[in-house]
Amino acid sequence: MTTAGQPVTGAVLRLRWRRPWTRQSINNFLWGLLFTFPTIIGLVWLVIYPVTASLYYSFTSYSIFGRYKWIGLSNYKALLNDQNFWISLYNTIYFVIFSVPLGIVVALILALLLNMKVRGMAIYRTIFYLPSIVPAVASAVVWSYVFNPQYGILNNLLRLIGINGPGWLASPVWAKPALIIMSTWGVGSLMIILLAGLQDVPQELYDAALVDGATWWPRFWHVTIPFISPHLFFALVTGLIGGFQYFTQVHVLTGGSGGPARSTLVYALYLYQNAFQFFKMGYASAMAWILFVIVVLCTLLVFRNLSGRIYYGGM
Amino acid sequence: MNVAIRQNRVVVRPVKRQPRRLVQRIFAHTVLIVLSAIFSIPFFWLVTSSLKINEQLAAFPIVWIPNPITFEHYVTGLKFVPFPLYIINTLYICAVTVIGAVISNAWIAYGLSRIRWPLRIPLFAIILGTMMIPFQVTMIPLFVVFRNMGWFNSYLPLTVPSFFGNAFYIFLLRQFFMTIPMELSEAAKVDGANELVIFGRVILPLTKPALATVALFQFLGAWGDYLGPLIYLSDKDRYTVSLGLALFQGEYNAEFGGLMAASTVMMLPIIILFFFTQRTFIQGITLTGIKG
Repeated sequence: MTTAGQPVTGAVLRLRWRRPWTRQSINNFLWGLLFTFPTIIGLVWLVIYPVTASLYYSFTSYSIFGRYKWIGLSNYKALLNDQNFWISLYNTIYFVIFSVPLGIVVALILALLLNMKVRGMAIYRTIFYLPSIVPAVASAVVWSYVFNPQYGILNNLLRLIGINGPGWLASPVWAKPALIIMSTWGVGSLMIILLAGLQDVPQELYDAALVDGATWWPRFWHVTIPFISPHLFFALVTGLIGGFQYFTQVHVLTGGSGGPARSTLVYALYLYQNAFQFFKMGYASAMAWILFVIVVLCTLLVFRNLSGRIYYGGM
Repeated sequence: MNVAIRQNRVVVRPVKRQPRRLVQRIFAHTVLIVLSAIFSIPFFWLVTSSLKINEQLAAFPIVWIPNPITFEHYVTGLKFVPFPLYIINTLYICAVTVIGAVISNAWIAYGLSRIRWPLRIPLFAIILGTMMIPFQVTMIPLFVVFRNMGWFNSYLPLTVPSFFGNAFYIFLLRQFFMTIPMELSEAAKVDGANELVIFGRVILPLTKPALATVALFQFLGAWGDYLGPLIYLSDKDRYTVSLGLALFQGEYNAEFGGLMAASTVMMLPIIILFFFTQRTFIQGITLTGIKG
């Protein structure tokens, strides 16, 4: 953000001091406004106003019906004592901690395999990519049947190798792992991103490493990983942002309840329940702002700890 | 490149790596085939189940290949819930938002990349920054705004915002516009063209692949959207396919056959679309890193 601000002041200064308002620059300014007015309206109407209003609601007893009043920090205090809030936060963090790294590792393995230039690469790529474009509701419905403890294909396959499969979505212990498996099925687009990164790694570097006698692991760790680090970084950040908003599959699979025994009550689901089932919109807004802060903090944390280690020479 | 020079020594890499390559390939294929099988299981299960007769759906041990093949679930499944109507509703939303997204984002991205004016970079930075805002933060106030405008239970909250730009698409198109040499615009200006003419006659025709990518992703997004319709649509007549399928799942939870048939119907257009537009898809993802 701060780096993006640098050229801005430069541009403004140049406009003001080095180059006075010429007819050309005024013209350009007007054209610029003409082309960007939809996004300016959109930003104000669909982003800035709602974000501000949401912060305001979070300090009120807002519920769309009837009157509401300013209640200060009461919503936030109530959240701290709300068991469901902590459960939903725990469930979401559980989901994010496992699904994001697992997704990245699986996507990377798939991309590395596809990058070996084997025959039939296009077919494999299609098979791995397809699940990621399947609509979330349809994939949730299919997986609910795959995970079915009695009739589902998964437990039947496990039975073939002598394992008595768990109840998956019906079991409070196994429901979250089931969701993680389900989300890993959709790593296809991440795989494509990483594959594009892998294809940009210069072959000469591998050749040089080979000449130096580097085996598979050093080549992977000292050549491949640095070169695709921007892609991995991107995957981590978007994975975190997306993971905290995980909603659709759980809502469909559990009929909006987050069961069994609140084991899949993720943050976004509990927020939705508060807003649109209990109509505690002020309360839900407070939850939304806490989510916002968590997402921003996580992103900043990742940026601070990793951005120094990222090698942009390959870009 | 079999020869490499390092520290003034010429090293000739031995050519006898061939057998290792072969082993490597066989290994890669084996792993890829196993993984492909794992990734395809849900699809396999979906399609075969939708064609099984009821007795085989819940049979133990499970029936892998339906025998006889039946299409009854497609008939009954589509009867429980008015899917043809939902498909039309969803296609309507898709069509409007695709038009909105393509026009507005191309228009906006042009202003952020091809015109030199001071707000070009700060505005773009702000737009990118909005990508970090979780949907849940704007969801409630937007609901209130649209409800007060009388838009509740209509398609307007789902379609109108697509005309005001989307950060991902703006990013994608801006990247693409920047690769077009500025000399093209300059030349057109010398010929007396203004920005509108350059946008319509020079830039747009050159950006068709990127516009196709935006259209495709928007179609995909609108077809599969769940939270939006869930919040804004209350009449069952106005439901989208996503809502219809979720409703079906909730009410006829044990109707495996019908559910699988309906899911197949929902996935089919996407899969067919994918096979016709594979390259656009792959290009689009690598351009932006949009996650599907």
